[in-house]
Amino acid sequence: MDNLLLMLAPLFSSKLMLVLFFGTLFGLILGVLPGLGPTTGGALILPFTMTLDPLSAIVLLTSIYCAGTYGGAITAILINTPGTPAAAATCLDGYPLAQKGEAGRALGMATVSSTVGGIFSVIILVFFAPLLAKLAYEFGQPEYFALAIFGLTMLASIGDGSPIKNLIAGAFGILISTIGKDFMTSIDRFTYGINELSEGIGFIPVVVGLFAISEMLTQSTLLDQVFKRVALKAVKLPSINDYKQTWKTILRSSGIGSFIGVLPAEGGTVASLIGYSEAKRFSKKPEEFGKGSIEGIAGAEAANNAATGGAMVPTLALGIPGSATTAVILTGLIIHGVRPGPDLFREQPEFLYGIFGAMLIANILFFIFGFFGAKIFARITLVPNKILWPMIFAVSVCGTYSLSQSILDVWIMIFFGVIGFFMRRYGFSVVPVIIGLILGELVEGTLRQSLVIFDGNWLMFLTRPIALTFFILSLIALAFPLLRSKKK
Amino acid sequence: MNNVQNKKRANKSLPFFFKDEFKVSFIIIFISTILLITTFTFDIVPPILNRGIQPATFPKGLLILIIGLTLIIYYLSIKKPWKVEKKLPKTFFLTLLSFLIFVIVSKTLDFFLAISLLSVFVSYYWGERRILYLILVSVIFPIIVFIFFETILGLRFPPGIITNIYYN
Repeated sequence: MDNLLLMLAPLFSSKLMLVLFFGTLFGLILGVLPGLGPTTGGALILPFTMTLDPLSAIVLLTSIYCAGTYGGAITAILINTPGTPAAAATCLDGYPLAQKGEAGRALGMATVSSTVGGIFSVIILVFFAPLLAKLAYEFGQPEYFALAIFGLTMLASIGDGSPIKNLIAGAFGILISTIGKDFMTSIDRFTYGINELSEGIGFIPVVVGLFAISEMLTQSTLLDQVFKRVALKAVKLPSINDYKQTWKTILRSSGIGSFIGVLPAEGGTVASLIGYSEAKRFSKKPEEFGKGSIEGIAGAEAANNAATGGAMVPTLALGIPGSATTAVILTGLIIHGVRPGPDLFREQPEFLYGIFGAMLIANILFFIFGFFGAKIFARITLVPNKILWPMIFAVSVCGTYSLSQSILDVWIMIFFGVIGFFMRRYGFSVVPVIIGLILGELVEGTLRQSLVIFDGNWLMFLTRPIALTFFILSLIALAFPLLRSKKK
Repeated sequence: MNNVQNKKRANKSLPFFFKDEFKVSFIIIFISTILLITTFTFDIVPPILNRGIQPATFPKGLLILIIGLTLIIYYLSIKKPWKVEKKLPKTFFLTLLSFLIFVIVSKTLDFFLAISLLSVFVSYYWGERRILYLILVSVIFPIIVFIFFETILGLRFPPGIITNIYYN
């Protein structure tokens, strides 16, 4: 009962409600705009959160996460371009249904299933995050090392694209984290005599570069792209028949999305693809998929929004991000002095339940905004790229500069923007770089501390049951893509 | 469709060092090797202060892993070549050039002048010809951003010919 009251605390704070309102609105706008999305948007807004207290800052970021994930569906349905990668599967049936003159029905189903998926995942978060945090009390340095390795291998096997390329990207991310003074011995590494590099490379310049600036370069190659927009009169609530047809799919996809979200992978993107394919597998009318199936929309949208709560479970309980956006949220927590993990659950329950409550309310708010404002949000896509992207560049530059007031950070951002563009061009996902960067210190720190405990004997890792389990799971995760490709 | 197939065939007939998979693998291995050599210049910690492993060991391991994995992707690409990427358009190189101009101008003249120049340059070459919109992205919006960061976040921007006028 007390926890429920803590969860509802944001409702009684006008400041938090204002933050939630703004975050949801901003998240929807970001989700609607192809190329932006909650990860880039979260990274862009991180410097602004420094003016807020920790709870408001994280509430802002999580509401952007929830609403941004849903917002991608609006463009997926109306212009056949996913606003976010997580909405890619929504295009498959959303756009064909919209072309049949049922854009309102398609958006209505996307809104309802996203809301149900999102709320379902918050319930999972409320129950499972404290359990996982309790389990984490058993973890020592070797277990955390094994867990971080498991997280990185999962990312390689479940994430988009080639697993080996993902592993290279993850290792590159960890390598970036080694730049600067070694945190154990204070010896300079890869600083090349540049004093500013002694502090290491900040997370924000890298994430803004890899997402926003590389996307700007990508957009520069797509200027001749023409979007065919489908007219939208109004969003319609699904009919009783639609509910009868989709309620099982929505629940199944909510479960799938929450589970995939908990795994350290590309969260919503993978969740929506699996949710969609499972919806097709269980459907009585699989032949309608790809031609405007209402179940297809429900399956993809419930899953990608359910992944939001799921991805917050390891982020809050273990400090291991479940997706790229939760990596940004994790950074937000760290720069506000909040250290995720089991101690957070014991010492600051009101903070955590505030986040849970905010996510719950954000899901309800985007339902309202989506239902009544989808038509307006759809118009945002009319802002031409030649106006939008120079503006995003200005905000990116100032936001990146503002954190440390260092012009070097701005150059690092541009440098990573160029690297990110070429990575994406040649099939390397940039998400593992971010996760590698954020886990880098944990991986190296726990490895070195474990070796101190084990007196330099690497084989001692195998004597720790939890660590051994994670290593075996890592091997399975690495073998999984090989088995999958052989099966194909 | 025919064009795509022709392009694919054209790529097959190219010498291996012109293919994307070779160029990408070569660049990764080349940079990783330079970084690997750099790790040998890191200071060595006396055994009494050493915590588990030397500071250079971890990055060395990562770089060897990256080189090994890159060799694997190159080997796999011989069996299954990568799809041929479209040639990059002129606008991409102009955008890249605008970044370079931004870096030079922000270092030598003024941070906000650099933002304005980049904005007008990118917007123009991406196809915007309406003066009002060019003024919006290159003057009005940067001013709004400047005021926002200056007053709300209390940020002090680096000195330059425009920011000095404001601060003085």
